[in-house]
Amino acid sequence: MTLLLKGGRLVDPSRKVDGTGDLLIENGKIAGSGGGQQQTGKARGKGVPPGMEVLDLRGKIVVPGLIDMHTHLREPGFEYRETIASGSEAAAAGGFTSVACMPNTNPVNDNRSVTEFIRRKAAECGLVNVYPIAAISLKSEGAFLCEYWDLKDAGAIGFSDDGRPVMNAALMRRALEYASSLDMPVIAHCEDRNLSAGGMMHEGFVSTEIGLPGIPTIAEEVMVARDLLLAEYTGAHLHIAHVSTAGAVRLIREAKARGVPVTAETAPHYFTLTDEAVRTFDTATKVYPPLRGAEDRDAVREGLRDGTIDVIASDHAPHAQTDKEVEFDFAESGITGLETSLSLSLGLVEEGLFTLPELIEKMTVNAARILRIPKGTLADGADADITVIDPKREWTVDRGLFRSRGKNTPFHNRTLKGKAVLTIVGGVIRCRDC
Amino acid sequence: MKLNRKDILGIRELSVDEIDLILETADSFIEVSTREIKKVPTLRGKTVINLFYEASTRTRTSFEIAAKRLSADTINISASTSSVVKGETLIDTARNLEAMNPDIIVIRHGAAGAPHMLAGILRQSIINAGDGAHEHPTQALLDMMTIRAKKGRIAGLKVAIVGDIAHSRVARSNIHGLTKMGAQVCVSGPATMIPRGIEKMGVVVHMRIEEAIRDADIIMMLRIQTEREKQNIFPSLREYAQYFSLNRKNIGFARKDVLIMHPGPINRGVEISPDLADGPHSIILEQVTNGVAVRMALLYLLTGGTQ
Repeated sequence: MTLLLKGGRLVDPSRKVDGTGDLLIENGKIAGSGGGQQQTGKARGKGVPPGMEVLDLRGKIVVPGLIDMHTHLREPGFEYRETIASGSEAAAAGGFTSVACMPNTNPVNDNRSVTEFIRRKAAECGLVNVYPIAAISLKSEGAFLCEYWDLKDAGAIGFSDDGRPVMNAALMRRALEYASSLDMPVIAHCEDRNLSAGGMMHEGFVSTEIGLPGIPTIAEEVMVARDLLLAEYTGAHLHIAHVSTAGAVRLIREAKARGVPVTAETAPHYFTLTDEAVRTFDTATKVYPPLRGAEDRDAVREGLRDGTIDVIASDHAPHAQTDKEVEFDFAESGITGLETSLSLSLGLVEEGLFTLPELIEKMTVNAARILRIPKGTLADGADADITVIDPKREWTVDRGLFRSRGKNTPFHNRTLKGKAVLTIVGGVIRCRDC
Repeated sequence: MKLNRKDILGIRELSVDEIDLILETADSFIEVSTREIKKVPTLRGKTVINLFYEASTRTRTSFEIAAKRLSADTINISASTSSVVKGETLIDTARNLEAMNPDIIVIRHGAAGAPHMLAGILRQSIINAGDGAHEHPTQALLDMMTIRAKKGRIAGLKVAIVGDIAHSRVARSNIHGLTKMGAQVCVSGPATMIPRGIEKMGVVVHMRIEEAIRDADIIMMLRIQTEREKQNIFPSLREYAQYFSLNRKNIGFARKDVLIMHPGPINRGVEISPDLADGPHSIILEQVTNGVAVRMALLYLLTGGTQ
């Protein structure tokens, strides 16, 4: 199948491209791009060759397929929250062509069979590329390493005990060292479990007023500091997940300046909301790390702007109604994010925090480089994973319309501007007018 | 004047006028409890459900007596004897109660925000009888009623609240109420018991009880929960009693006519010495008496009563 995307604004940060042009897709690969009237490859000449679909994308933005390097697809084990199929549908609807999924399933993805199961399930539904992240430690219990070589061989692209922070510094050191010999990143969920124990929300004035036990910023920061020191000592690539505090941004910025091999991500809720949102006791606002104070939100934005934070990832954490329609204390934490992540992020461009190419970089090529996957580019010969964005489309979030099984969003009824309208994976349109 | 609210969830959202209305209405109900036949027909045919997920003697009994003296029908449900033990969720329990068409549901729950969740989905009036460490609005109202009855005013009084402020819903509701009504409020306790940013609620923080109660008109002592010892909030009851209890020695820092309050239940000899709890400055039992009147006032006002 041949597809010609005509007249869109091509934004490809991997090649520093930003301009109007056409993009030709053949046999699942990108067969050429050109600016304006200057068409390339088989698109040259008059008339439309048979078998070619031509899409007029004037006014739209054509970018490398978006990558969400931090999602929870819940399968195996928690299929009532999400399945690999429903999560893939949500990804395609949100403009994502590739997702990396965290290992906190049941059983935990700490061995080849689980990784292979995830890859097989993903291939069966075949909507988007699914990259399993394997556990750092067996059962994510923080005691013993899993078999990293075997896991890599089976298709895992990184290691993380997301949701179950590695409290044992010696184990974290060995994980970093062992993973570095495979040239794979260790993705750290930085939280000191002793400091966060019992906490339900950010510790600050709002928690003081509404009487919910707090999670202090230092619960994140002491672990960020520890892991940065371990990365510096071992020289291994550390990726810090869901950065939420001003102190963490500062520590990462300082470490990067020293040349520590660290990368970092944050999620849209951390640059959009603050702990004020928790005042309603809406359990959709319960998430770990928690929604922080205004100064933290501002620091996360500044970290995105100056490049301290490399990636925006959704930390898509779908939950069932039964997990959330309970007292705040008993509610599961997490926000479903695949279908709102791009639009919330486009809000930062609208506000002038950075340019569109700078945003797209954080949602494509940066994640690809961190995970060492051959994605995130519109270069000739690359897999034809492409996202088309309508920057002017206004829409109102309706959780009832989510493809994800998780309806747990604090953005319900919020009107957003900009949306993915076409998701192409391997040259095949997987979501049209999403 | 009418109270234009469906629910009473906290003091934070009440205006000064609303607090005045509730306290004045409560004053007028004091007399009912002193009659030989302690009953008026005001709420005849109304149903009040007390839904208690946490242990309570004072508050539950007080709500029940208040409703009965107004001739309402009352039902008490405690978590240990309800379908909660079968795993029913709070929302399902509440919807089932709603289906039986009561008029007011009084709820106490260990989780902050539980009454707010019910208020959002039920058509009945919800009264918060204490939610986690968040609010305990009827306690603050009865405390303010008691202060007004004894001192004639709230504005300008110096009030010291001493103890585990961080875990206290009584402290939060009283801070909201007393500062709104013009009192100067300070809090005291070891730093482990003082939550971050409490100053922004309009109070002064003192690290020593002697500084907090200096020239105080009112001292509110909070109950120390012994399980906090295990969480390293304080090292031992012995040390706490020695350095943060109200006793004959430090009471001298306060004004001569100081009044001592406590929301109960008291730990004699821990946060307060027994002789002070029972002594002439103590108005602890008057608080309990006024609690019935305040709850009568709220039940009356929420069912459409006017002053």
